[in-house]
Amino acid sequence: MEFKKFLTGLQGIVGEANVVFHHDDLLVFEYDGSVDRGLPYAVVFPASTDEVSRVIALAYGAGVPMVGRGTGTGLSGGAIAPPGAIQIAFPRMNHILEVDTENRLALVEPGVINLNLDTHVRKFGLRYAPDPSSQRACSLGGNIAENAGGPHCLAYGTTTNHVLGMEVVLETGEVVNLGSLARETVGYDLRGVFTGSEGTFGIATKIAVRLLPVPESVRTFLGIFPDVESACTAVSAIIENGIVPAALEMIDALTIQAVQKVSDAGYPDDAGAVLLIELEGLQNEVDEIGAEVEAALWDTGATQVRAAESAEEREQLWAGRKGALGALGSIAPNYFLVDGVVPRTKLAQVLGQVAEVSKKYDIPIANVFHAGDGNLHPCLLFDERQPGALDNIVAAGAEVLRICVDAGGTLTGEHGVGLEKKEQMPLVFSEEDMAAMISVRDAFAPDNALNPGKIFPDGVQHTHSAHPAAPGMTV
Amino acid sequence: MAQPATGLPLSGFSGPDAPAEADLYRCVHCGLCLSSCPTYVETALEMESPRGRIALMKAVNEGRVEISPRIVSHWEACLQCRACEAVCPSGVPYGRIMEHTRAQVKAAGLQSKELRRVSRFFLQTTLTHPWKLRLGAHLIRIYQRLGIQKLLRLSHLLYLLPGGIAKLESNLPPMGRKFFGPSATVHPAQGEKKMTVALLSGCVMPLMQGPTMEATVRVLTRNGCDVVVPKGQGCCGALNAHAGDLFNARKMARTNIDALMAAGVERIVTSSAGCGSTMKEYADLLKDDPEYSAKAARFGEMTQDVTELLVGLPFQAPTATVNRKVTYQDPCHLAHAQRITAAPRTILNSIPGLELVEMENSGLCCGGAGIYSTTQPALSQRLLKRKMDSIDATGTHEIITANPGCMLQVEQGLKARKMPGRVRHVVDILDEAYGLE
Ligand SMILES: Cc1cc2nc3c(=O)[nH]c(=O)nc-3n(C[C@H](O)[C@H](O)[C@H](O)COP(=O)(O)OP(=O)(O)OC[C@H]3O[C@@H](n4cnc5c(N)ncnc54)[C@H](O)[C@@H]3O)c2cc1C
Ligand code: SF4
Ligand code: SF4
Repeated sequence: MEFKKFLTGLQGIVGEANVVFHHDDLLVFEYDGSVDRGLPYAVVFPASTDEVSRVIALAYGAGVPMVGRGTGTGLSGGAIAPPGAIQIAFPRMNHILEVDTENRLALVEPGVINLNLDTHVRKFGLRYAPDPSSQRACSLGGNIAENAGGPHCLAYGTTTNHVLGMEVVLETGEVVNLGSLARETVGYDLRGVFTGSEGTFGIATKIAVRLLPVPESVRTFLGIFPDVESACTAVSAIIENGIVPAALEMIDALTIQAVQKVSDAGYPDDAGAVLLIELEGLQNEVDEIGAEVEAALWDTGATQVRAAESAEEREQLWAGRKGALGALGSIAPNYFLVDGVVPRTKLAQVLGQVAEVSKKYDIPIANVFHAGDGNLHPCLLFDERQPGALDNIVAAGAEVLRICVDAGGTLTGEHGVGLEKKEQMPLVFSEEDMAAMISVRDAFAPDNALNPGKIFPDGVQHTHSAHPAAPGMTV
Repeated sequence: MAQPATGLPLSGFSGPDAPAEADLYRCVHCGLCLSSCPTYVETALEMESPRGRIALMKAVNEGRVEISPRIVSHWEACLQCRACEAVCPSGVPYGRIMEHTRAQVKAAGLQSKELRRVSRFFLQTTLTHPWKLRLGAHLIRIYQRLGIQKLLRLSHLLYLLPGGIAKLESNLPPMGRKFFGPSATVHPAQGEKKMTVALLSGCVMPLMQGPTMEATVRVLTRNGCDVVVPKGQGCCGALNAHAGDLFNARKMARTNIDALMAAGVERIVTSSAGCGSTMKEYADLLKDDPEYSAKAARFGEMTQDVTELLVGLPFQAPTATVNRKVTYQDPCHLAHAQRITAAPRTILNSIPGLELVEMENSGLCCGGAGIYSTTQPALSQRLLKRKMDSIDATGTHEIITANPGCMLQVEQGLKARKMPGRVRHVVDILDEAYGLE
């Protein structure tokens, strides 16, 4: 009864058609890109900042927890509804409000798809640089919440380097502005604090982003190696030469097999590892550095080096990389992706240790990652329908994370902590560290009404389950 | 904590035509297909997305939810355009799992009223019997000549035609003056003979687009093919398969395998993208049929779309000039199901003087989708509107495509908007260019 009144209130704000609450419909909002699951109480699609603010005020008043949902591609369970929570999703707030070509910035709503923004501004000779492999699907709201990275963030930095400011609705429904459209902010950089806050500080309703000019020239190389070790040596050699490629990605043998199984991305089926390297800049610069890169690849044991001859060939090489995670579905129904970061010089050592974990737990592990910045993505392959498989995976995943941390690295490069890594936080942070983080959150959301139960360890290991019984929602 | 999976999974799907788990669980819910899905683009609802539809299949498969009318409504709102399948990095065979899901819905008696009606009067009774279809078309032609509206209303003949026509009687497309059809005739190759091909006549196309069928024969003979249109063949069964009527689809597939794989035929060719896609997949349909599975696989290998065959031959580029601007609409079952996008463009670009102006989102379904325009008129019309906007923006008045369903749907769009223009098949314009030489 209570719930019914609450629902009517939500419908009154956003319109009847824009509240989903039937159990069968909610089943498609219980997942994101991770292995976590949780059925929301209801999903609301607001159309404006005002509607978001009223929805949040209503839920806050009713004591209902809330979580923002972009397009659900997150890999740490960030958008998964905490128990009893409603999801606020932004398919209707998907407008590019303004492109200021002179000052090179754009103002967008949170539901805008990353690639749509980039495609749109390319008409003006500009680009939006952060390009997660999920860019065709993920939203800008989700990008700022996770401080998303992407292959090209090696040279240009992650999302936080490209966000100028945002309009945010706090847990009470109050609307505030963080940052500004000017390049430098006065006072605390609250915009920076908000970016990467995983939906726990507030809901972004408008986002101002920085745009960059499209480079004059782009060159993409594919280096083919007999094994991962030699590919790692090549990565170090390139960086030690003082070269900063726009992107430097590694794909291991198992991943290559998966990719090639689905469609030909131009990778040799039997390669031990491939490196995908992209250079951007002025024509003569790219030519010069390109020659150095090629030399470094040959020197470190590449069996073959190819430069993309055409835009289509470049697309093809990237399509393989960007589709790599999905392609893993062709060899196993589920993957558990560990987003650990390690110092670049330790790449080969850590990958060797990861291979040992693979043997120990008898779990195939595929590697496809941002090698240039040491951001590993070991993917532990499994079948959630096998009894006990998930527990085994979670244990192995924790071990992989510990290896990263022991090597001087950290828990997450770009996917966030969410549900998936919260119990591992103590590996890198002390009680005091976490208490300090919580007090920052409290400055934004003292009642913890937004996305509660994420990021910090609370003993509840995971809410994900392979086959949770559908909770009997009484509506 | 993770709950251990409970022993044997409860399954809401059953029987030999359940979607295979190996197919279903290939989906890793990455979401990369969302932006390619016309129904998701149009509604922005996860329930109307490929990922959502598969999630519902998994939930049913796991026994977490029963097949409910609400769930069926999300599955039936799927166009089966397979745009998702073409972009899926995991290679989820979406077309196949949706056909099997539809078969499960049908077996459970849970199809929507609309779909059940079309199935009863059209898919299961008329398409399976080519003579009924022909008779119906004759009657409609008489109707169109004489205006015997009553005759039409009394019968269920309107279901003979796709394109939401039952609802738009006044928009009924004119029946061809001359019907095309199978015969014992061999249409001989001109010049040096390269191969013998068997042409699928099909169901609606020979009746409504007879001239396109004739153009198909002419461009093939012109390029060195002996063309036969063997008797005994029928409808390819695509519409039945899409609706989950696998029983009849299999029957139709066997009939066509027997009729078209005649001695001496090297290729089987069709100018209907929808038919070609299904024919290439007969092996899937008949995989458990001991007598036909091997033949079906061979049949699939022999089948080619007419544009694919022409480019492979290779065809002769026309020498006469056609000074016009055209735009090209990618049929879903050519672009996504068969992954053929270059061949039709190669043919268009080979015609001197012809300028191809690409429309935005050419591969986004026009809403025709077989019987979809009849069973889901509202969403179909919204997609048609989007398509007509993209066509309008090209400033061209001639829309080229390669599938009868798309032709009818876009024609209807032109008429509804009172836009000037005409819709033609790739072979129509190639044939025209040859004719001018
Ligand atoms: C195949 C694949 C490849 C990927 N590759 C990359 C990669 O290269 N780099 C990378 O960084 N990530 C990658 N990801 C992860 C994921 O795409 C990113 O984390 C992305 O930023 C999530 O965006 P989303 O719209 O899907 O957000 P969701 O998953 O829906 O949500 C993520 C978080 O954002 C919050 N949120 C959403 N909207 C708002 C808002 N308006 N205000 C406040 N909080 C909000 C949610 O509450 C949640 O905590 C990949 C994922 C997949 C499936
Ligand atoms: S169908 Fe393919 S692209 Fe779509 S969510 Fe599943 S795996 Fe990803
Ligand atoms: S077949 Fe077409 S309509 Fe159906 S889910 Fe795939 S893309 Fe969407």
